[in-house]
Amino acid sequence: MNPAPGIRVKGCATLKGAPLFAPLTLELEAGQWTCLLGGSGVGKSTVLRLISGLATGAEFEGEITASDNAEVASRVAYMAQDDLLLPWASVSQNVLLGARLRGDKPDTDRLRRILDRVGLADHATKKPAELSGGQRQRVALARTLMEDKPVILLDEPFSALDAQTRAAMQELAVELLQGKTVLVVTHDPAEAARLGHSIIVMAPGGLTRCPHPPSPIPRPVDDLETLECQAALLRHLREGVA
Amino acid sequence: MRYLPALAAALFAVILWQLIVTTTGLPKFILPGPALVAETWWQYRAVIAEHTLVTATEVLIGLAIGAGLGAVTAIQLASSRVARVLIQPMLVFTQALPVFALAPILTLWLGYGLWSKVAMAVLIIYFPVTSAFFDGLMRTPQGYLDLARTMQASPSRVLWHIRVPAALPSLASGLRLAAVYAPIGAVIGEWVGASRGLGYLMLLANGRAKTDLMFAAMLTLGVFSILLHIAVGYLTRNLGKDCR
Repeated sequence: MNPAPGIRVKGCATLKGAPLFAPLTLELEAGQWTCLLGGSGVGKSTVLRLISGLATGAEFEGEITASDNAEVASRVAYMAQDDLLLPWASVSQNVLLGARLRGDKPDTDRLRRILDRVGLADHATKKPAELSGGQRQRVALARTLMEDKPVILLDEPFSALDAQTRAAMQELAVELLQGKTVLVVTHDPAEAARLGHSIIVMAPGGLTRCPHPPSPIPRPVDDLETLECQAALLRHLREGVA
Repeated sequence: MRYLPALAAALFAVILWQLIVTTTGLPKFILPGPALVAETWWQYRAVIAEHTLVTATEVLIGLAIGAGLGAVTAIQLASSRVARVLIQPMLVFTQALPVFALAPILTLWLGYGLWSKVAMAVLIIYFPVTSAFFDGLMRTPQGYLDLARTMQASPSRVLWHIRVPAALPSLASGLRLAAVYAPIGAVIGEWVGASRGLGYLMLLANGRAKTDLMFAAMLTLGVFSILLHIAVGYLTRNLGKDCR
Protein backbone atom coordinates (compact mmCIF):
# COMPACT_ATOMS: atom_id res chain seq x y z
CA MET A 1 0.00 0.00 0.00
CA ASN A 2 1.21 3.50 -0.82
CA PRO A 3 1.81 5.82 2.13
CA ALA A 4 -1.32 7.75 3.10
CA PRO A 5 -1.56 11.08 1.26
CA GLY A 6 -2.55 14.43 2.70
CA ILE A 7 -5.83 15.85 1.48
CA ARG A 8 -6.76 19.46 0.78
CA VAL A 9 -10.33 20.67 0.35
CA LYS A 10 -10.57 24.18 -1.04
CA GLY A 11 -13.77 25.89 -2.09
CA CYS A 12 -17.25 26.86 -1.03
CA ALA A 13 -20.65 25.23 -1.16
CA THR A 14 -24.15 26.53 -1.72
CA LEU A 15 -27.45 24.82 -1.00
CA LYS A 16 -30.19 25.91 -3.43
CA GLY A 17 -28.45 29.25 -3.95
CA ALA A 18 -27.87 29.97 -0.25
CA PRO A 19 -24.30 29.58 1.01
CA LEU A 20 -23.81 26.40 3.05
CA PHE A 21 -20.23 27.18 3.97
CA ALA A 22 -18.04 30.14 3.08
CA PRO A 23 -14.83 29.67 1.07
CA LEU A 24 -12.57 27.50 3.19
CA THR A 25 -9.40 25.49 3.01
CA LEU A 26 -9.24 22.28 4.99
CA GLU A 27 -5.94 20.45 5.17
CA LEU A 28 -5.77 16.85 6.32
CA GLU A 29 -2.18 16.01 7.14
CA ALA A 30 -0.83 12.74 5.82
CA GLY A 31 -1.05 9.87 8.29
CA GLN A 32 -2.64 12.07 10.97
CA TRP A 33 -6.03 12.34 12.66
CA THR A 34 -7.91 15.55 11.94
CA CYS A 35 -11.05 16.27 13.96
CA LEU A 36 -13.63 18.54 12.35
CA LEU A 37 -15.80 19.80 15.18
CA GLY A 38 -18.99 21.79 14.84
CA GLY A 39 -22.67 22.03 15.57
CA SER A 40 -25.44 20.55 13.48
CA GLY A 41 -26.04 22.02 10.04
CA VAL A 42 -22.73 23.81 9.53
CA GLY A 43 -21.87 21.50 6.64
CA LYS A 44 -19.21 19.32 8.24
CA SER A 45 -20.80 16.11 6.96
CA THR A 46 -21.00 17.74 3.53
CA VAL A 47 -17.23 18.23 3.57
CA LEU A 48 -16.79 14.56 4.40
CA ARG A 49 -19.20 13.44 1.69
CA LEU A 50 -17.46 15.67 -0.86
CA ILE A 51 -14.13 13.98 -0.11
CA SER A 52 -15.68 10.54 -0.47
CA GLY A 53 -17.34 11.49 -3.77
CA LEU A 54 -20.90 11.01 -2.49
CA ALA A 55 -23.90 13.07 -3.52
CA THR A 56 -24.47 15.97 -1.13
CA GLY A 57 -27.38 17.94 -2.56
CA ALA A 58 -25.13 21.02 -2.33
CA GLU A 59 -23.26 22.77 -5.13
CA PHE A 60 -19.53 22.65 -4.48
CA GLU A 61 -17.19 25.05 -6.21
CA GLY A 62 -13.57 24.29 -5.71
CA GLU A 63 -11.25 21.33 -5.68
CA ILE A 64 -10.27 18.35 -3.60
CA THR A 65 -6.69 17.29 -4.10
CA ALA A 66 -4.28 14.76 -2.64
CA SER A 67 -0.66 15.58 -1.80
CA ASP A 68 0.47 12.91 -4.29
CA ASN A 69 -1.85 14.33 -6.99
CA ALA A 70 -3.63 10.99 -7.47
CA GLU A 71 -7.42 10.67 -7.45
CA VAL A 72 -9.04 10.92 -3.99
CA ALA A 73 -12.51 9.33 -3.97
CA SER A 74 -11.31 5.83 -4.90
CA ARG A 75 -8.83 5.75 -2.01
CA VAL A 76 -11.35 6.49 0.71
CA ALA A 77 -13.08 4.21 3.21
CA TYR A 78 -16.14 5.56 4.97
CA MET A 79 -17.73 4.80 8.32
CA ALA A 80 -20.88 6.47 9.63
CA GLN A 81 -22.81 6.76 12.88
CA ASP A 82 -25.18 4.08 11.64
CA ASP A 83 -23.13 0.87 11.39
CA LEU A 84 -24.83 0.11 8.00
CA LEU A 85 -24.49 -3.63 8.55
CA LEU A 86 -26.64 -5.70 6.22
CA PRO A 87 -29.07 -7.47 8.59
CA TRP A 88 -29.38 -10.56 6.40
CA ALA A 89 -25.62 -11.13 6.13
CA SER A 90 -23.29 -12.66 8.72
CA VAL A 91 -20.45 -10.75 10.37
CA SER A 92 -17.94 -12.25 7.91
CA GLN A 93 -20.11 -11.45 4.91
CA ASN A 94 -20.53 -7.88 6.12
CA VAL A 95 -16.80 -7.42 6.57
CA LEU A 96 -16.19 -8.87 3.08
CA LEU A 97 -18.90 -6.68 1.52
CA GLY A 98 -16.49 -4.51 -0.47
CA ALA A 99 -14.87 -7.52 -2.17
CA ARG A 100 -18.28 -8.99 -2.98
CA LEU A 101 -19.54 -5.72 -4.45
CA ARG A 102 -16.50 -5.39 -6.68
CA GLY A 103 -16.44 -9.06 -7.65
CA ASP A 104 -12.98 -9.56 -6.09
CA LYS A 105 -11.91 -12.83 -4.56
CA PRO A 106 -12.42 -12.51 -0.78
CA ASP A 107 -9.18 -12.63 1.19
CA THR A 108 -10.20 -14.96 4.01
CA ASP A 109 -6.82 -14.91 5.76
CA ARG A 110 -7.01 -11.15 6.07
CA LEU A 111 -10.63 -11.45 7.22
CA ARG A 112 -9.56 -13.77 10.05
CA ARG A 113 -6.72 -11.47 11.11
CA ILE A 114 -8.96 -8.41 11.14
CA LEU A 115 -11.78 -10.12 13.06
CA ASP A 116 -9.15 -11.21 15.54
CA ARG A 117 -7.87 -7.65 15.96
CA VAL A 118 -11.34 -6.20 16.60
CA GLY A 119 -12.07 -9.09 18.98
CA LEU A 120 -14.89 -10.67 17.00
CA ALA A 121 -13.23 -13.93 15.94
CA ASP A 122 -15.88 -15.94 17.83
CA HIS A 123 -18.78 -14.06 16.23
CA ALA A 124 -17.91 -14.50 12.55
CA THR A 125 -21.04 -16.46 11.66
CA LYS A 126 -23.50 -14.40 13.73
CA LYS A 127 -26.05 -12.01 12.28
CA PRO A 128 -25.85 -8.31 13.29
CA ALA A 129 -29.09 -8.60 15.29
CA GLU A 130 -27.30 -10.99 17.69
CA LEU A 131 -24.63 -8.40 18.53
CA SER A 132 -24.50 -5.47 20.95
CA GLY A 133 -24.21 -1.88 19.69
CA GLY A 134 -20.49 -1.81 20.45
CA GLN A 135 -19.91 -5.14 18.70
CA ARG A 136 -21.83 -3.94 15.65
CA GLN A 137 -19.67 -0.83 15.46
CA ARG A 138 -16.60 -3.05 15.70
CA VAL A 139 -17.88 -5.01 12.70
CA ALA A 140 -18.24 -1.71 10.85
CA LEU A 141 -14.65 -0.84 11.83
CA ALA A 142 -13.49 -4.27 10.62
CA ARG A 143 -15.29 -3.69 7.30
CA THR A 144 -13.52 -0.30 7.01
CA LEU A 145 -10.14 -1.93 7.74
CA MET A 146 -10.83 -4.72 5.25
CA GLU A 147 -11.07 -2.07 2.51
CA ASP A 148 -7.41 -1.23 3.16
CA LYS A 149 -7.71 2.36 1.94
CA PRO A 150 -5.16 5.04 2.90
CA VAL A 151 -7.80 7.68 3.73
CA ILE A 152 -10.47 7.01 6.36
CA LEU A 153 -13.51 9.23 6.82
CA LEU A 154 -15.44 8.83 10.05
CA ASP A 155 -18.82 10.58 10.30
CA GLU A 156 -19.85 10.72 13.97
CA PRO A 157 -18.76 7.10 14.15
CA PHE A 158 -19.18 6.53 17.88
CA SER A 159 -21.90 8.99 18.86
CA ALA A 160 -24.63 6.33 19.11
CA LEU A 161 -22.64 4.30 21.66
CA ASP A 162 -22.75 4.55 25.45
CA ALA A 163 -19.89 6.45 27.09
CA GLN A 164 -17.71 3.50 28.14
CA THR A 165 -18.13 1.68 24.80
CA ARG A 166 -17.37 4.91 22.96
CA ALA A 167 -14.10 5.39 24.87
CA ALA A 168 -13.08 1.79 24.13
CA MET A 169 -13.97 2.16 20.44
CA GLN A 170 -11.94 5.38 20.16
CA GLU A 171 -8.88 3.60 21.54
CA LEU A 172 -9.38 0.60 19.24
CA ALA A 173 -9.83 2.83 16.19
CA VAL A 174 -6.64 4.81 16.87
CA GLU A 175 -4.69 1.58 17.33
CA LEU A 176 -6.00 -0.03 14.14
CA LEU A 177 -5.96 3.01 11.85
CA GLN A 178 -2.33 3.88 12.51
CA GLY A 179 -0.55 5.48 9.56
CA LYS A 180 -3.74 6.37 7.74
CA THR A 181 -5.02 9.85 7.00
CA VAL A 182 -8.14 10.09 9.13
CA LEU A 183 -10.89 12.72 9.19
CA VAL A 184 -13.32 12.52 12.11
CA VAL A 185 -16.44 14.64 11.85
CA THR A 186 -17.91 15.08 15.31
CA HIS A 187 -20.04 17.37 17.46
CA ASP A 188 -18.45 16.10 20.65
CA PRO A 189 -15.63 18.30 22.08
CA ALA A 190 -14.49 15.39 24.27
CA GLU A 191 -14.00 13.21 21.21
CA ALA A 192 -12.08 15.92 19.37
CA ALA A 193 -9.85 16.55 22.41
CA ARG A 194 -9.00 12.84 22.66
CA LEU A 195 -8.47 12.04 19.01
CA GLY A 196 -7.22 15.09 17.10
CA HIS A 197 -3.63 15.45 15.93
CA SER A 198 -5.20 18.64 14.79
CA ILE A 199 -8.57 20.04 15.82
CA ILE A 200 -10.56 22.32 13.55
CA VAL A 201 -13.81 23.98 14.56
CA MET A 202 -16.26 24.57 11.74
CA ALA A 203 -18.75 27.44 12.11
CA PRO A 204 -20.82 29.38 9.57
CA GLY A 205 -18.00 31.94 9.44
CA GLY A 206 -15.36 29.41 8.47
CA LEU A 207 -12.74 27.15 10.00
CA THR A 208 -10.71 27.84 13.12
CA ARG A 209 -7.70 25.72 13.97
CA CYS A 210 -7.69 25.15 17.74
CA PRO A 211 -4.76 24.29 19.99
CA HIS A 212 -4.56 20.71 21.22
CA PRO A 213 -2.60 18.94 23.95
CA PRO A 214 0.87 17.80 22.85
CA SER A 215 0.39 14.22 24.08
CA PRO A 216 -0.06 11.36 21.56
CA ILE A 217 -3.55 10.10 20.72
CA PRO A 218 -5.74 8.56 22.02
CA ARG A 219 -5.32 10.93 24.94
CA PRO A 220 -6.47 9.57 28.32
CA VAL A 221 -10.01 10.64 29.18
CA ASP A 222 -8.97 11.76 32.67
CA ASP A 223 -5.88 13.69 31.60
CA LEU A 224 -5.99 17.30 32.79
CA GLU A 225 -4.76 18.76 29.49
CA THR A 226 -7.37 16.77 27.55
CA LEU A 227 -10.12 18.00 29.85
CA GLU A 228 -8.93 21.59 29.55
CA CYS A 229 -8.84 21.28 25.78
CA GLN A 230 -12.35 19.82 25.83
CA ALA A 231 -13.58 22.76 27.93
CA ALA A 232 -11.89 25.28 25.63
CA LEU A 233 -13.47 23.68 22.59
CA LEU A 234 -16.92 23.73 24.18
CA ARG A 235 -16.45 27.41 25.08
CA HIS A 236 -15.40 28.13 21.52
CA LEU A 237 -18.48 26.34 20.13
CA ARG A 238 -20.82 28.21 22.46
CA GLU A 239 -19.28 31.59 21.64
CA GLY A 240 -19.77 30.79 17.99
CA VAL A 241 -23.48 30.28 18.63
CA ALA A 242 -23.89 33.45 20.72
CA MET B 1 -54.39 -19.77 20.31
CA ARG B 2 -53.80 -17.26 17.46
CA TYR B 3 -56.77 -18.61 15.53
CA LEU B 4 -59.18 -18.49 18.46
CA PRO B 5 -60.57 -15.00 17.64
CA ALA B 6 -61.03 -16.04 13.98
CA LEU B 7 -62.91 -19.17 15.02
CA ALA B 8 -65.07 -17.16 17.40
CA ALA B 9 -65.91 -14.71 14.60
CA ALA B 10 -66.79 -17.59 12.24
CA LEU B 11 -69.06 -19.14 14.87
CA PHE B 12 -70.74 -15.79 15.43
CA ALA B 13 -71.32 -15.37 11.68
CA VAL B 14 -72.87 -18.85 11.39
CA ILE B 15 -75.22 -18.20 14.34
CA LEU B 16 -76.25 -14.84 12.86
CA TRP B 17 -76.84 -16.49 9.47
CA GLN B 18 -79.01 -19.23 11.02
CA LEU B 19 -80.94 -16.60 13.00
CA ILE B 20 -81.74 -14.61 9.85
CA VAL B 21 -82.89 -17.75 8.03
CA THR B 22 -85.07 -18.89 10.95
CA THR B 23 -86.67 -15.53 11.73
CA THR B 24 -87.36 -14.45 8.13
CA GLY B 25 -88.41 -17.88 6.91
CA LEU B 26 -86.87 -17.24 3.49
CA PRO B 27 -87.24 -20.16 1.06
CA LYS B 28 -84.10 -22.24 0.74
CA PHE B 29 -83.50 -21.32 -2.92
CA ILE B 30 -83.19 -17.69 -1.81
CA LEU B 31 -81.11 -18.16 1.32
CA PRO B 32 -80.29 -21.65 2.55
CA GLY B 33 -79.30 -21.99 6.22
CA PRO B 34 -75.87 -23.12 7.39
CA ALA B 35 -77.13 -26.56 8.39
CA LEU B 36 -78.51 -27.23 4.91
CA VAL B 37 -75.34 -25.90 3.24
CA ALA B 38 -73.22 -28.17 5.44
CA GLU B 39 -75.41 -31.13 4.57
CA THR B 40 -75.21 -30.36 0.83
CA TRP B 41 -71.47 -29.87 1.11
CA TRP B 42 -71.12 -33.34 2.63
CA GLN B 43 -73.45 -34.89 0.09
CA TYR B 44 -71.56 -33.37 -2.85
CA ARG B 45 -68.09 -33.62 -1.30
CA ALA B 46 -66.67 -35.72 -4.15
CA VAL B 47 -67.92 -33.30 -6.82
CA ILE B 48 -66.74 -30.26 -4.87
CA ALA B 49 -63.33 -31.84 -4.27
CA GLU B 50 -62.93 -32.55 -7.99
CA HIS B 51 -63.76 -28.97 -8.97
CA THR B 52 -61.62 -27.56 -6.14
CA LEU B 53 -58.66 -29.50 -7.48
CA VAL B 54 -59.17 -27.93 -10.92
CA THR B 55 -59.38 -24.38 -9.51
CA ALA B 56 -56.45 -25.00 -7.15
CA THR B 57 -54.28 -26.14 -10.09
CA GLU B 58 -55.15 -23.00 -12.07
CA VAL B 59 -54.47 -20.78 -9.06
CA LEU B 60 -51.13 -22.36 -8.15
CA ILE B 61 -49.80 -22.27 -11.71
CA GLY B 62 -51.06 -18.69 -12.07
CA LEU B 63 -49.46 -17.72 -8.78
CA ALA B 64 -46.10 -19.19 -9.77
CA ILE B 65 -46.07 -17.58 -13.23
CA GLY B 66 -47.46 -14.23 -12.02
CA ALA B 67 -45.00 -14.01 -9.12
CA GLY B 68 -42.10 -14.90 -11.41
CA LEU B 69 -43.09 -12.40 -14.09
CA GLY B 70 -43.78 -9.72 -11.49
CA ALA B 71 -40.41 -10.21 -9.79
CA VAL B 72 -38.52 -10.12 -13.09
CA THR B 73 -40.39 -6.99 -14.21
CA ALA B 74 -39.71 -5.23 -10.92
CA ILE B 75 -35.98 -5.97 -11.19
CA GLN B 76 -35.94 -4.76 -14.80
CA LEU B 77 -37.72 -1.56 -13.83
CA ALA B 78 -35.43 -0.97 -10.88
CA SER B 79 -32.24 -1.48 -12.84
CA SER B 80 -33.02 0.53 -15.95
CA ARG B 81 -34.28 4.06 -16.33
CA VAL B 82 -35.28 3.35 -19.93
CA ALA B 83 -37.47 0.47 -18.74
CA ARG B 84 -39.09 2.76 -16.18
CA VAL B 85 -39.91 5.35 -18.83
CA LEU B 86 -41.24 2.84 -21.36
CA ILE B 87 -42.93 0.19 -19.23
CA GLN B 88 -44.19 1.87 -16.07
CA PRO B 89 -46.96 3.96 -17.71
CA MET B 90 -48.09 0.89 -19.64
CA LEU B 91 -48.26 -1.09 -16.42
CA VAL B 92 -50.40 1.53 -14.74
CA PHE B 93 -52.66 1.72 -17.80
CA THR B 94 -53.28 -2.03 -17.80
CA GLN B 95 -54.37 -1.69 -14.17
CA ALA B 96 -56.98 0.86 -15.24
CA LEU B 97 -58.58 -1.76 -17.52
CA PRO B 98 -61.17 -3.99 -15.84
CA VAL B 99 -59.75 -7.51 -15.89
CA PHE B 100 -63.32 -8.88 -16.15
CA ALA B 101 -63.59 -7.33 -19.58
CA LEU B 102 -60.51 -9.23 -20.76
CA ALA B 103 -61.82 -12.64 -19.69
CA PRO B 104 -63.86 -13.35 -22.87
CA ILE B 105 -60.99 -12.45 -25.17
CA LEU B 106 -58.58 -14.59 -23.16
CA THR B 107 -60.98 -17.51 -23.49
CA LEU B 108 -61.12 -16.84 -27.22
CA TRP B 109 -57.34 -16.79 -27.48
CA LEU B 110 -56.42 -19.57 -25.10
CA GLY B 111 -59.45 -21.84 -25.23
CA TYR B 112 -61.85 -23.24 -22.67
CA GLY B 113 -59.25 -25.21 -20.77
CA LEU B 114 -56.75 -24.53 -18.01
CA TRP B 115 -54.65 -21.81 -19.64
CA SER B 116 -57.25 -19.05 -20.03
CA LYS B 117 -57.87 -19.27 -16.25
CA VAL B 118 -54.17 -19.33 -15.49
CA ALA B 119 -53.79 -16.23 -17.65
CA MET B 120 -56.56 -14.47 -15.70
CA ALA B 121 -54.89 -15.30 -12.39
CA VAL B 122 -51.54 -14.09 -13.76
CA LEU B 123 -53.08 -10.84 -14.99
CA ILE B 124 -54.72 -10.10 -11.69
CA ILE B 125 -51.65 -10.71 -9.48
CA TYR B 126 -48.94 -9.42 -11.81
CA PHE B 127 -49.42 -5.79 -10.85
CA PRO B 128 -49.54 -6.13 -7.04
CA VAL B 129 -46.41 -8.32 -7.07
CA THR B 130 -44.52 -6.01 -9.46
CA SER B 131 -45.57 -2.87 -7.68
CA ALA B 132 -44.77 -4.11 -4.15
CA PHE B 133 -41.35 -5.49 -5.12
CA PHE B 134 -40.46 -2.48 -7.27
CA ASP B 135 -41.35 -0.16 -4.39
CA GLY B 136 -39.03 -2.11 -2.12
CA LEU B 137 -36.23 -2.02 -4.69
CA MET B 138 -36.48 1.76 -5.01
CA ARG B 139 -36.45 2.33 -1.25
CA THR B 140 -33.04 0.87 -0.43
CA PRO B 141 -31.68 2.74 2.62
CA GLN B 142 -29.43 5.53 1.30
CA GLY B 143 -26.67 4.62 3.75
CA TYR B 144 -26.19 1.21 2.10
CA LEU B 145 -25.95 2.83 -1.32
CA ASP B 146 -23.43 5.41 -0.07
CA LEU B 147 -21.33 2.68 1.48
CA ALA B 148 -21.43 0.65 -1.74
CA ARG B 149 -20.42 3.71 -3.71
CA THR B 150 -17.32 4.33 -1.58
CA MET B 151 -16.47 0.65 -2.21
CA GLN B 152 -16.51 1.20 -6.01
CA ALA B 153 -19.29 -1.35 -6.40
CA SER B 154 -20.77 -2.13 -9.79
CA PRO B 155 -24.50 -1.34 -10.15
CA SER B 156 -25.46 -4.93 -10.94
CA ARG B 157 -23.69 -6.24 -7.84
CA VAL B 158 -25.32 -3.58 -5.67
CA LEU B 159 -28.64 -4.77 -7.08
CA TRP B 160 -28.02 -8.44 -6.23
CA HIS B 161 -26.21 -8.07 -2.94
CA ILE B 162 -28.04 -5.09 -1.41
CA ARG B 163 -31.15 -3.86 -3.20
CA VAL B 164 -32.82 -7.24 -3.84
CA PRO B 165 -32.27 -8.66 -0.34
CA ALA B 166 -33.38 -5.35 1.22
CA ALA B 167 -36.59 -5.50 -0.87
CA LEU B 168 -37.54 -9.10 -0.05
CA PRO B 169 -39.96 -8.11 2.74
CA SER B 170 -41.82 -5.97 0.18
CA LEU B 171 -41.91 -8.89 -2.25
CA ALA B 172 -43.30 -11.08 0.53
CA SER B 173 -46.16 -8.65 1.18
CA GLY B 174 -46.90 -8.53 -2.55
CA LEU B 175 -47.04 -12.33 -2.65
CA ARG B 176 -49.42 -12.49 0.33
CA LEU B 177 -51.75 -10.11 -1.53
CA ALA B 178 -51.39 -12.20 -4.67
CA ALA B 179 -52.47 -15.33 -2.78
CA VAL B 180 -55.84 -13.70 -2.11
CA TYR B 181 -56.26 -12.23 -5.60
CA ALA B 182 -55.24 -15.26 -7.66
CA PRO B 183 -58.37 -17.36 -6.86
CA ILE B 184 -60.56 -14.40 -7.87
CA GLY B 185 -58.81 -14.33 -11.26
CA ALA B 186 -59.24 -18.05 -11.82
CA VAL B 187 -62.95 -17.94 -10.88
CA ILE B 188 -63.63 -15.02 -13.22
CA GLY B 189 -62.04 -17.09 -15.97
CA GLU B 190 -64.25 -20.04 -15.10
CA TRP B 191 -67.38 -17.90 -15.14
CA VAL B 192 -66.74 -16.74 -18.66
CA GLY B 193 -66.23 -20.18 -20.11
CA ALA B 194 -65.34 -23.48 -18.51
CA SER B 195 -66.56 -26.98 -17.95
CA ARG B 196 -64.74 -27.55 -14.67
CA GLY B 197 -63.71 -25.65 -11.54
CA LEU B 198 -65.43 -24.05 -8.55
CA GLY B 199 -66.49 -21.00 -10.56
CA TYR B 200 -68.18 -23.25 -13.10
CA LEU B 201 -69.85 -25.25 -10.31
CA MET B 202 -71.21 -22.07 -8.68
CA LEU B 203 -72.62 -20.85 -11.98
CA LEU B 204 -74.15 -24.24 -12.71
CA ALA B 205 -75.73 -24.54 -9.23
CA ASN B 206 -77.05 -21.01 -9.41
CA GLY B 207 -78.64 -21.66 -12.81
CA ARG B 208 -80.52 -24.62 -11.43
CA ALA B 209 -81.65 -22.76 -8.28
CA LYS B 210 -79.48 -25.10 -6.19
CA THR B 211 -78.47 -22.18 -3.98
CA ASP B 212 -77.28 -24.51 -1.21
CA LEU B 213 -74.70 -26.06 -3.56
CA MET B 214 -73.71 -22.60 -4.77
CA PHE B 215 -73.05 -21.59 -1.15
CA ALA B 216 -71.14 -24.80 -0.47
CA ALA B 217 -68.87 -24.18 -3.48
CA MET B 218 -68.42 -20.51 -2.59
CA LEU B 219 -67.48 -21.25 1.02
CA THR B 220 -65.03 -23.91 -0.18
CA LEU B 221 -63.40 -21.29 -2.39
CA GLY B 222 -63.23 -18.87 0.56
CA VAL B 223 -61.61 -21.45 2.81
CA PHE B 224 -59.17 -22.38 0.04
CA SER B 225 -58.16 -18.71 -0.41
CA ILE B 226 -57.59 -18.26 3.31
CA LEU B 227 -55.52 -21.45 3.50
CA LEU B 228 -53.48 -20.30 0.50
CA HIS B 229 -52.92 -16.91 2.13
CA ILE B 230 -51.72 -18.59 5.33
CA ALA B 231 -49.50 -21.00 3.39
CA VAL B 232 -47.88 -18.18 1.37
CA GLY B 233 -47.43 -16.17 4.57
CA TYR B 234 -45.74 -19.18 6.16
CA LEU B 235 -43.48 -19.83 3.17
CA THR B 236 -42.42 -16.19 2.85
CA ARG B 237 -41.87 -15.52 6.56
CA ASN B 238 -38.14 -16.02 6.17
CA LEU B 239 -37.95 -13.56 3.28
CA GLY B 240 -38.47 -10.66 5.62
CA LYS B 241 -37.23 -12.08 8.89
CA ASP B 242 -33.71 -10.70 8.85
CA CYS B 243 -34.52 -7.45 7.17
CA ARG B 244 -36.68 -5.76 9.73
